Parts: sequence; C-alpha cells; structure tokens
Amino acid sequence: MSLRLYVPQDMAARAMGADQTAANLMAAAKAQGLDVQLIRNGSRGYFTVEPLVELDLGQGRIAYGPVTPECVAGLVAEGFFEGRAQTLRLGPVEQIPFLKRQTRLTFARAGLSDPLDLASYRQDGGFKGFERALSLGQAATVAEVKASGLRGRGGAGFPTGIKWETVRTAAASQKYIVCNADEGDSGTFADRLVMESDPFVLIEGMMIAGFAVGASKGYIYCRSEYPFAIDILNRAIAVLETEGLLGATAKPFAFDLEVRVGAGAYVCGEETALLESLEGRRGQVRAKPPLPALHGLFGKPTVINNVLSLAATPFILAEGAGAYQDFGVGRSRGTMPVQLAGDIAHGGVFETPFGLSLGDLVDDIGGGTESGRAVRAVQVGGPLGAYFPKRLFDTPFDYEAFAARGGLIGHGGVVVFNDTVDMARQARFAFEFCAIESCGKCTPCRIGSTRGVETLDTLLAGRGSQATLGLIADLSETMKFGSLCALGGFTPYPVMSALEHFPEDFHRHLPAAAEKLTWA
Amino acid sequence: MTEIDDADVSDLILRHAAVKGALLPLLHDIQHRLGYIPQAAVARIAEGLNLSIADVHGVVTFYADFTLERPARRRIQLCMAEACQARGVADTCAKLEAASGLKIGETRADLSLSLEPIYCLGLCATGPAALVDGAPQARLNGQRLDALIGEVVR
Ligand SMILES: Cc1cc2nc3c(=O)[nH]c(=O)nc-3n(C[C@H](O)[C@H](O)[C@H](O)COP(=O)(O)O)c2cc1C
Ligand code: SF4
Ligand code: FES
Repeated sequence: MSLRLYVPQDMAARAMGADQTAANLMAAAKAQGLDVQLIRNGSRGYFTVEPLVELDLGQGRIAYGPVTPECVAGLVAEGFFEGRAQTLRLGPVEQIPFLKRQTRLTFARAGLSDPLDLASYRQDGGFKGFERALSLGQAATVAEVKASGLRGRGGAGFPTGIKWETVRTAAASQKYIVCNADEGDSGTFADRLVMESDPFVLIEGMMIAGFAVGASKGYIYCRSEYPFAIDILNRAIAVLETEGLLGATAKPFAFDLEVRVGAGAYVCGEETALLESLEGRRGQVRAKPPLPALHGLFGKPTVINNVLSLAATPFILAEGAGAYQDFGVGRSRGTMPVQLAGDIAHGGVFETPFGLSLGDLVDDIGGGTESGRAVRAVQVGGPLGAYFPKRLFDTPFDYEAFAARGGLIGHGGVVVFNDTVDMARQARFAFEFCAIESCGKCTPCRIGSTRGVETLDTLLAGRGSQATLGLIADLSETMKFGSLCALGGFTPYPVMSALEHFPEDFHRHLPAAAEKLTWA
Repeated sequence: MTEIDDADVSDLILRHAAVKGALLPLLHDIQHRLGYIPQAAVARIAEGLNLSIADVHGVVTFYADFTLERPARRRIQLCMAEACQARGVADTCAKLEAASGLKIGETRADLSLSLEPIYCLGLCATGPAALVDGAPQARLNGQRLDALIGEVVR
C-alpha cells in the first residue's frame, strides 16, 4: 500500500514548525517500519491551520491541522498512519468549508503538489494558456485579456489589457515585463502564496505577457521579506530553463527571466520607484507621465503588473475571456483572492468572485475574531486603506462599491480588529508608517506625516483640543492633494476614516473641558 | 575591512559588474556575506561600478536592509504592522523589551542581540510574527513567546 504524506513547505507553515513536524512524522513512520512518501507541497492558503498535514492512504487526502511538531507523538499514538487519529482531524481536505467555498481560478493548484513538480503542473492544466496564446498571436492574446475585464490587482485596478496594448503597439527594439512582487501591504500574502505554492503559474503569466507585447526579458521584483518565495522562484526558473522552455534561447518563445530582490522599502512597490530600484538607485517615485508602458525600465516600454494580475492570465487564455468575465459584479470582473488577516478565526487566502459583502467575508467566511472578542474595525486594502465599522459591513467587495464608501480594496487585504483597538492610535500609526516609508520627494508626505504623528501624540497625551482634530483634517487634506504618489496621497484614508467612523476614540483623549465643548 | 573581506568584495564586484542595474544585487551579496556594508566597501563599489561614492552611499542608506554597522549576533525582527497589531504585538513587544532590556529598534552594545521593527512578513493571519536570525516564527505570544525569550533573549 502506498502511503503519502503532505507537509507544506510554505513560509507560514514553517513559521509554525512544519520542517520539524515533517521530520518527526518521518521518524515515527520509520520506527514503525512504514514506507511513507513525503511530499513538501505548497500551502493551500488556509493559514490558521498551518501546518496543515495531509495523509493519503489511497482513498483521498485527509487533512489534519494545525500539526505542530509537539503534536506528532500524540497523533501517532492514536494511530495516525492507520488513519485512526481523531485529534486535529479536519477531514477530506477539499471538504474543509474554508476551501470548499472558494472559486479557485488563479489558486486552482495551490497546495496540490510540490510547487516545483513540472509534470504535475502540466497535468493540472499548466501551459495550456501559454500554448493558446501562441496559437492566437499577439494582438488576439491582448484582446483576450482586455475582454476578460481583468484589472490590476496591485492596488490601482487599471485594466491589464489596455496596459498590454500600449506596450504591444509601442515601437522599440527592447521591451520588458516586470512583475511587482513587492507585496508591502500589511495584511496581504496572496502574492507570496502564488510564488511559494505555484510559481509556474506566475512564470507562465509572464511568458504570456512577454509574448503578447513582444518583450524578451522579464524581472520579478520580490521583497526581501519573502526568502522562501525568492528561493522557489529561482528554482522554478532553473527547472524551466533546463527544459528549454524559458531563457534567451528557449523555443518557441525566447524569454529570459530574472528574480531581483527588494531591500526593505515599502515605497518600492510603487511602480516607478520599483523601476528606479531595479536600475540600481534609491527607490524614489518618478513623476508621470511618461508612463512606464512607454518609458519604463531602462527607458524602454514596460509592462509592470502585480503577481496576481499576471497569474490570472494563464486561466484567461486557457479557458477564454468569457470564463473569467462570467464571474464578478459591475466593472469588477473575475475573482479576487481576498486575504483575511488580523484577529480572525479562519485566516488566509479566500479566492472568490467579486461581490461578497465585507460582512460575509469577515463574519461568515472568516468566522469573526479568533480571540472571541467583538469585531470593531476592519482595515481593507493595506496601510493606505480605510477603516470600516460594522455599520458598513454591507459594502460589496468590488472596486467601485468601496470607492463609493470612501475606501479602496487595494490588493485585497482585510485586517480585522477587535474591540480593544484604539482608533486614534491606528490613525497615529498610519502617519508614522508614512513617515518611516516616505521616499522624501514631496514635502506634504515627508513633513506632513511627521506632523501628523506629533499631532496625534499631543492628543494621545491628553493635551489636545478640538483644534487638534481640525489640524489632523487639514494635514490630511494637504497630503491628499499635494503628494506625488499614493503613499502620501492615501495615508489620509486610514486617518480620516478612523476619525469619521470612530470619533469617540479621539474625543476620549481630549481633556474634560475640551470634550464638553465638543458635545456642547 | 579585513583582507579577506576585501578580496571577497572585489570578487563580488567583478561578478556583478556586467549586469544591468547591478548595485542592489551586489549590495545584497555583500550584506549577506559580511552582515553589513563596510564603509571601505562603499568606495570600492563606487569605483567598480563607475558610480560616485555619494551615489552608493545614498542607496545604502535609503534601504532598510543595508546597514553600515556590524550586525548583532542574534536578531529578532518583529513585525509591527497592522495585522500583527490586531493580534497583540504591542504585548509581545513589551515582553521582549522587558526581557532583553532593549527598546524596539535598539542593539546591545556588545552586539549580542538586536530587536528590530519590520513591516509585514505575509504571516498576517497568524501573527505576531517575526524573523529570528532570519527564520520565520508565528503566533508569538503565550508559550511560543516564552520559548523564544528563553532561547534567544535570556
Ligand atoms: C506606496 C505604494 C506601494 C505599492 N505597493 C505595491 C505592491 O507592493 N505591489 C503591487 O503590485 N503594487 C503596488 N503598488 C501599485 C503599483 O504602483 C502599480 O499600480 C502596480 O504594480 C501595477 O500593477 P497592476 O496593474 O497589475 O496592479 C503600490 C503603489 C504605491 C503608491
Ligand atoms: S507621496 Fe511620499 S512616497 Fe510618494 S513620491 Fe511623495 S514623498 Fe515619495
Ligand atoms: S502584518 Fe505582521 S506579518 Fe503581516
């Protein structure tokens, strides 16, 4: 009887001891004289239960989690390898509600097998999209992406097909594809999951983009905080190069791909700062125009796309634009890998068509808080995203609906805060983060953020007044309209949404006299 | 810079010089090899890549990953970003500070330990998260935090 054991090699699983879990399980198997095949698969993205171990005794994969190294002895004593252990048993993996309720297009393969197993990738539909692109030709490939309605998943939501078309029609001897894998937004990890669990789908997406626009060179700019992703990407590239599918001499399409590593600067996720960084300079934002599409990396026409945008295109090409565009609502087509984070009972990547309400995502899918306390605020879209109160939980997850409520979905991060949160402190942190990460190019961002921290410190020290709150609003206005990029320009979102939706947290810090005035 | 370091740096410069946009990959290699970017290396890099010392210095100081000082032998890089805040990193940080005698952002004078802030490791559903000597750790409260303190902070 063949016995297969899956223990993810993903960073979140390893952060909970997955390597030791795997070692302990294999040692126990050996002690019992069992012949066990260990597969270090990618994560399925249900991070709350990592390490999520799966056992296949020949009748499907049964999940257990979280199997930390300390749990192994107990499980084995219960008869784990005979399929008898009940502790931590989550049942057949595809029946786990958090996974079952998803619509996985981009993440269809995440967690199924060893992320570097090319045969499995092909078997599970890999390279169908690329092959169809080759048969369609360049213009029709771009048209397909346009028709899918895919919008940039990095934050700004710009239509991917239109960007590709601009680069395709630009005349130049050299063009580039740059994958933005800087994923700096706190509360987000979907890019990481793609890179660690299914690196080939990202590479295939970049090959499709390269073919479609006529680019022969690509770069993946990955943040240094993701050491495992960097390693897996490099190994995935090597696998494809060995197969002759990737590289300067690859056939039928020559495309050279290189991983470059960021250096701990949030602003380098901004596309022009990223290009500066790739060219070897400080990550300072460039003024636009010129657009990177026409005047990008090393001055050449460049497609710069988020990991998720690129990784969505193999499905779109393989299954057709219609199959993608059938999902979603309004102008938000397809699926979004929503990332449930913070104090949440079921956290991880939840890929779903646009349109679920924020409340569905947090309370139903996410199961509310992990701590058991009441949900109080949810920050959507990373550090530059607005804080939403429960009152706005009916907001559907789509670009326009969030914008209409003074927010943004950004890269899809949803961070849940319980009722112990002090929203005045969160507003302070928004300013602080902006001050730490500002590239320094414009005064409202560089100086305004520091003034914001000082102003909130005054308030938090109990020395504020009504005028202090006015000053926060003024500063926010100045930053909103006087900043070159969204770091300075959007920091007002978390600040002002905190003030608007949770005014009591600010008023609480006012000296008693001033507070009376407020309510007078 | 010792002589060995010097040879290392020259070798690395040679290896990267032909690459487009070589400065960051080169700095990463040096930082990785030596643990920091020695002042002397800055001049060598500038010469090797045909840049001004000011250019190289400007890049080194712009990025949080590059440091001009020797690193501590043990490092705890604690995520201080929002999702970890929502999961109680303030408590975790306070306990680490109390146990280590450091404030976040400080390094011990004898270079035995540093406690550094970092902003998001993509472990946001299972925070508080940290890199400990480069290895990821999650759910750093309760027993797991005690174990970390016992092992690293002392
Ligand atoms: C401060 C700042 C940080 C950003 N960080 C990222 C990031 O980490 N990843 C990303 O894909 N886009 C990020 N963006 C958005 C990029 O500028 C750009 O819109 C995106 O890479 C375009 O790709 P897309 O159209 O596929 O979304 C950031 C923007 C700003 C202003
Ligand atoms: S808003 Fe801030 S980060 Fe953006 S360009 Fe201006 S100074 Fe740089
Ligand atoms: S916010 Fe701490 S790991 Fe993402």
